[in-house]
Amino acid sequence: MSDILARLKGVSRIYQKGKEKVEVLHELDLEIAEGDFIAIMGPSGSGKTTLLNLLGGLDRPTAGTVTVGGAELSSMSNSRLSRWRSTHVGFIFQFYNLLPVLTALRNVELPLLLTSFNARERVKRASIALDIVGLADRAKHYPRELSGGQEQRVAIARAIVSDPSLLLCDEPTGDLDRDTADEILRLLQVLNREHGKTIVMVTHDAQAAEYANRTLHCDKGTLEAKEAA
Amino acid sequence: MKYFRLIWSNAWRKKIRTFLTVLSVFVAFLLFALLSAIGFAFRGGVDVADAERLIIINKVSLINPLPISYMSRVAATEGVEAVTHASWFGGYYQDPRNQFGQFPVDPQSYFDMYPEFVIPEEQFEAFKRNRTGAVVGKELAESYGWKVGDRIPIQATIWSRIDGSRVWEFDLEGIFSNDDPRSSTAIMLFQYDYFEEAREFGKGTAGWYVLRVAKGADPVQVANAIDLQFANSPSETKTSTEAAFAQSFTKQFGNIALIVTLILGAVFFTLLLVSGNTMSQSVRERISELAVLKTLGFDDRTVLGVVLSESILIMLLGGLLGLGVGWAVVQGLTKQLGAFLPGIFLSPGAIAGGIGMMIGAGILAGIFPALKAMRLSIIDALARA
Repeated sequence: MSDILARLKGVSRIYQKGKEKVEVLHELDLEIAEGDFIAIMGPSGSGKTTLLNLLGGLDRPTAGTVTVGGAELSSMSNSRLSRWRSTHVGFIFQFYNLLPVLTALRNVELPLLLTSFNARERVKRASIALDIVGLADRAKHYPRELSGGQEQRVAIARAIVSDPSLLLCDEPTGDLDRDTADEILRLLQVLNREHGKTIVMVTHDAQAAEYANRTLHCDKGTLEAKEAA
Repeated sequence: MKYFRLIWSNAWRKKIRTFLTVLSVFVAFLLFALLSAIGFAFRGGVDVADAERLIIINKVSLINPLPISYMSRVAATEGVEAVTHASWFGGYYQDPRNQFGQFPVDPQSYFDMYPEFVIPEEQFEAFKRNRTGAVVGKELAESYGWKVGDRIPIQATIWSRIDGSRVWEFDLEGIFSNDDPRSSTAIMLFQYDYFEEAREFGKGTAGWYVLRVAKGADPVQVANAIDLQFANSPSETKTSTEAAFAQSFTKQFGNIALIVTLILGAVFFTLLLVSGNTMSQSVRERISELAVLKTLGFDDRTVLGVVLSESILIMLLGGLLGLGVGWAVVQGLTKQLGAFLPGIFLSPGAIAGGIGMMIGAGILAGIFPALKAMRLSIIDALARA
């Protein structure tokens, strides 16, 4: 049995929309083992992204606790949470969210600016990350000079460059064609199997979910676990 | 420094917009440099004034002369260490546009009074020996290409000679300098004895007196004692410190400092609006990117610092360029206008003040967009992207 990397206990998240309170997550419990690859599916507005945000320390629960790698996120100050994010978690977005004014290499280097590594070490590590995602030869290209799949690979390199244990992917293939999506998913699988990254991936795509070890269905603020087919 | 590439790249995100903003900053600081230098020229005498030197002028006005007999009476006043005199000659060289200060003086006492004027000993001795001799400042000599031995004709506008001529010829016996870059040496000094002997009218008078207060003496008491001494005489005196004299002289041209301040105030207010707008637009355009930075672990302070640094960088780029070009223009102006408007100088204080203003303006222009970036909610910003 693997160790537990992340644990959500009795987590609720209520948003105030005008005078109305909307409960997005309701007393949710979840344990994520180290090295797991989880796909979370569900209809729009079911709380998938909120769950991801809570795991990544971007949001705080209204009730309950979120613990990742032994750190209780709900009790951390904003600045501590920022520092924690920079080393413990990598984010991959649907629309890549690369900085258009920086080259691929400089985009990947960004999380390392928050470390004490010198410039040479930062470039070396960013180059290795680009090499892992197969884009070493695109280091000096700007995002506008890359295809969608290549941009997402750069985003993945940026997510892994500081060697976090947890990767959070929000619809990572949502903007890509089938073949490119499969390439990205295979890359995530490699990161999971060969590099030991724990991955939580939100997706609407049932084929994408098949790359995960297990799939959770999120609906009306609760999770229903089902083993992947 | 590790954020410099990020800050630099962000600053040039919209090249034309940033270029135009840098250009407006450049123009503002070019103007700042020029006005500071010209303002310095007008108040230059105040800045370099010697606290132990007092100036005695006619109480009616500077234009009215004082009897030369006052010299010995002033010298005998308690608390006076030394005294000299000078007069306004008001001539020009060759063309009425070539105006500069010419003063008939007593060479020995004048140079004793102004030790900051440095002249080679043999040149000074030659000046004292030659009644039609003259010495000029280095600035003036360079301006007209004069060298020792030249004969310089000066056309008088006030003082005609006994023979009715208005042309006074002088033998250039020496060139003096002043190591203080704030002081002008665009003046000519010649022998009072020659002036007194050859002038058609006004004999037995001097324009003003300069005295040095003895060590330990109170300048205010000395000034009062002198003015009291000549009270109720046909030529009453007004004695003031060199700084006060320079200030009142400058005021004849209007309140230059106020004019300069008002112009610069208007320019910098406009500059703040322009650069503030640039920064606001720039931050608005990349809300999602700022949210991504925060997601990656950039904390609120770092985001604030990155945006503020970008604003300061734009100011420094345009500002330093403006000050640099301004400095070069001032060097040129010194050569061109040195004789007409001496003391044009971009002082280190003005440069330091300019750099301070760049940083201050950068903070002011960037603070609101930077605070907006700092307070950004990651989730809201990513949801809007």
